Amino acid sequence: MTTWPSEGTAGAPESVAGATASAAFGREPATCDVAVIGAGPAGLAAAVAAAAGGVRVALIDAGPRPGGQYWRHRPGADGARHRGWPTYVRLRASLEAGVAAGTIAHLAGHSVWHVERDADEGTFTIHALVDGGGRTIRARTLVVATGAYDRQLPFPGWTLPGVFTAGAAQAMLKGQGVLVGRRIAVAGSGPFLLPVAAALAEAGATVVGAFEAGRPTAFAKHPLTTLRAGAKLLEGAGYLRVLRRHGVPYRMRSAVIEALGEDGVTGVRVAGLDAAWNVVPGSERTIECDTVAVGWGFTPQTEIPLQLGCEMTLDRDGSLVVRVDDDQRTSAPGVYVAGEACGVGGAELALAEGEIAGLRAAAAASGREADPRALKAVGSRRAHGRAFAAALHEAFAVGPGWRTWLRDDTIVCRCEEVAVDAIHGAVDDLGATDPRTAKLFARAGMGLCQGRVCGYASAGLVAARCGRDMTAADLAGMSSRPIAQPVPLSVLAALTPPSPTPATSHRQPRRPT
Amino acid sequence: MTGERFEIRLDGEAVGVEGGQTVAAALISSGRRSWRRTQRTGRPRGVFCGIGVCFDCLATINGVPNQRACLTEARPGDLVTTQEGAGHDDLAV
Amino acid sequence: MNSTTADAVIVGAGIIGASCAYALASAGLRVAVVDRGGIAAGASSACEGNLLVSDKELGPELELALLSSRLWLGLRDDLGEAAFEYEEKGGVVVARSGATMEGLARLTARQRAAGVDATVVDADGLRELEPNLARDVTGGAWYPQDAQVQPMLATASLLRLARAAGATLHLGAAVTGFLRAPDGRVSGVRTSAPDLPELSAPWVINAAGTWAGEVAALGGLVLPVLPRRGFILVTEPLPRVVRHKVYTAEYVANVASSDSGLETSLVIEGTRGGTVLIGASRERVGFDRSMSLEVVRRLATQAVDLFPFLAEVSLLRTYLGFRPYCPDHLPVIGEDPRAPGLVHACGHEGAGIGLSAATGRLVGQLVQGLPTDVDLAPFRPDRFGVTAA
Repeated sequence: MTTWPSEGTAGAPESVAGATASAAFGREPATCDVAVIGAGPAGLAAAVAAAAGGVRVALIDAGPRPGGQYWRHRPGADGARHRGWPTYVRLRASLEAGVAAGTIAHLAGHSVWHVERDADEGTFTIHALVDGGGRTIRARTLVVATGAYDRQLPFPGWTLPGVFTAGAAQAMLKGQGVLVGRRIAVAGSGPFLLPVAAALAEAGATVVGAFEAGRPTAFAKHPLTTLRAGAKLLEGAGYLRVLRRHGVPYRMRSAVIEALGEDGVTGVRVAGLDAAWNVVPGSERTIECDTVAVGWGFTPQTEIPLQLGCEMTLDRDGSLVVRVDDDQRTSAPGVYVAGEACGVGGAELALAEGEIAGLRAAAAASGREADPRALKAVGSRRAHGRAFAAALHEAFAVGPGWRTWLRDDTIVCRCEEVAVDAIHGAVDDLGATDPRTAKLFARAGMGLCQGRVCGYASAGLVAARCGRDMTAADLAGMSSRPIAQPVPLSVLAALTPPSPTPATSHRQPRRPT
Repeated sequence: MTGERFEIRLDGEAVGVEGGQTVAAALISSGRRSWRRTQRTGRPRGVFCGIGVCFDCLATINGVPNQRACLTEARPGDLVTTQEGAGHDDLAV
Repeated sequence: MNSTTADAVIVGAGIIGASCAYALASAGLRVAVVDRGGIAAGASSACEGNLLVSDKELGPELELALLSSRLWLGLRDDLGEAAFEYEEKGGVVVARSGATMEGLARLTARQRAAGVDATVVDADGLRELEPNLARDVTGGAWYPQDAQVQPMLATASLLRLARAAGATLHLGAAVTGFLRAPDGRVSGVRTSAPDLPELSAPWVINAAGTWAGEVAALGGLVLPVLPRRGFILVTEPLPRVVRHKVYTAEYVANVASSDSGLETSLVIEGTRGGTVLIGASRERVGFDRSMSLEVVRRLATQAVDLFPFLAEVSLLRTYLGFRPYCPDHLPVIGEDPRAPGLVHACGHEGAGIGLSAATGRLVGQLVQGLPTDVDLAPFRPDRFGVTAA
């Protein structure tokens, strides 16, 4: 890892007046031209494209190695378990070349907890936690490529040890070489279930079934299915072949509606679903297993764009996403977003969006034109990717019936242990008319994860209880996190105070509160 | 550190680690599923999201509570203890 | 009840509106509460829920606070502590210098004379009250009457009682103007809700909190209620680490010492949820909702200084609210002589939760033509020397 900008003393902001020459870039405090937050497919592509555009880039990432969740791996991994590994290797080589040339600083192990727009300077200050201490980085433009994590829906028993997100099962396997269980039920909805089930089976687990609540065969007939999407379908078919080889049943319109067990999973109840995801009467059965891997699509990580006041929108898959224009530019000046944070669409789309964002951000920072040919080529990849994503969103749309699987005492907020009846009570008894108010009444979403896990479900439950559809405002009320990571107060106390400004005269208030 | 093997301890018991693994991966690999009890109902919890989002896999590691075991790379000799509740019982008055 | 007429229309579903609704509805009046947002959507959901007597200026404000304190005790007895997490935790004021301690001794003597239960404690006594305090405290004062509620639950509970007594609640209905009788008396409101274009009533109560000045302006009235931004920091959940409401006494010995744009004076307390709340900041920046890391830095610094263990504790989130303040820092409670029929109940600054119970009671008495428990003259709406917009 490069140690630029100046090695992190707690809270010391990098000076704006610093080296501008590329040669000095590796040593002296400076404001980088483009800061890319997140080093998954979108962020890597953005950083490499921006550096090629002749500007100084900081690639800031929480992980120890680049690749994000998609290419999460252990040191020295050969990529055998990863899709698109050659692309990763190529991007990593470009990243390393940029680091060697002093055009890219790769800041690994940096968890960004807040980004502020500097009032007068037209720059951003990025606040990160590194090894428990504080560090700030300054940038002229930002590319936010923070990706997504598994979207979750509650169901009875989902808090039992042995229930994992599909992403956790995958991360443990790809990143750690660990199988999360021996007999595993894979469940939920979305194209991600197939590679997870296939990887678990290949690694030696007994996958008792892959239970898909949607009906993705409808998707194969979708008019937007392009040639490129066809390739994706074949990829899906490859996973299906793996499942067949291991004797793993793939069941559509079916779901794990309960995890059974006292102190850990001992089995699941599985049921057939109708088109609205209501349980088909008489279809329930119990399967013995020790593990469940479950996910219902993805939830984009949008804390930073929300902190910066970017305009948001409700995507077709029900996710709150950042609204971007053709240049991947948000409504906030100087802020670009690429990848899942502006719409869940998978790695191919993220790579294209990242490249565009990197090219555009570099152009904005340097005042030079972005390479039109590069933009044209990547633009068509993005168009294909978006068409494919749109088709996926339709095929795997979450049905309202999931709410009928819940019981009054089913935990919704895992952190604060808030059950369904408390959320309903916030609406029925206390008069909440929106998820944020219900959250403040019932405490769902107020624990350590700050509503990341239960936000979608809580918002859906409240909106339904109020007799209406969920809106972008509902989700925003559960997604706004001015402090994106828990930060020790000692780190906050060590922040650098602003330079003295002329005092404005006013009366001393009397009250302590 | 990949390839190297060493031990950490969970509540005094030895747990084998393959170098480069997180504390959570080592614990799961050893057959453990849970190393925390919740603050309100005392229910067991372990890894859920595996990527640092959910804060379910919290453990007290080398005396520091509320560490996300799924993000914390294990180091030889780490002392992991099951976390009860908020993990700050020493501060209670 | 006909949905377009009532005995009193209350503008605002925050703690003041809820308390007024409860007082009026339980007196048998037909009450309609309107709010452009949801329940407790303004400052009532962005505060700490303080019921304090310790910090009140001697005089009319303290009188109001002492009345409120008694009324809250009654509500707790009627509803049970759990309904809104009533906690008679008591307040602890910390002094860290001899001069501050002397000032505190003089203050507590005057407070006792005015009916406040206030005791000076030495450093040992202070550490007994709060074992996690910094070692270098000089002494302090102990106020057993100070209490706390969960402000949103308190608001919802009062509205629930009001509705049980027949009040109606109209959320998402913004007041767009006043109805006037031929004699100029205010006789109701117009709202933005399609199903509630007009709501007539002989009394309209302006309980719009920080936006009360805007509501008054709809009637051509100047009411100088202004926003004062306050941030509160929330830590990760902890066991009980701070027993009382703890704040520093510096403001007592130090009045009018500073004129910077941002003021912070430390207020720390635990909550039922296990989090520790760290306040409080005061800024006059209009309705600017942007995050201020400088506020966070200052509060964190002061908090760690007073409770050193907090250095290793994590901040989980922050929230901010806009406290409604008047130039003389007293609330406005009373009928507006410029617009008979319009009663203001607003401008409670950082003390709205605490003072709400008394405010509701007084508005109820005023509307019913009863003598009020407290003289309303200091709170009259026309005291600011401006008459028309």
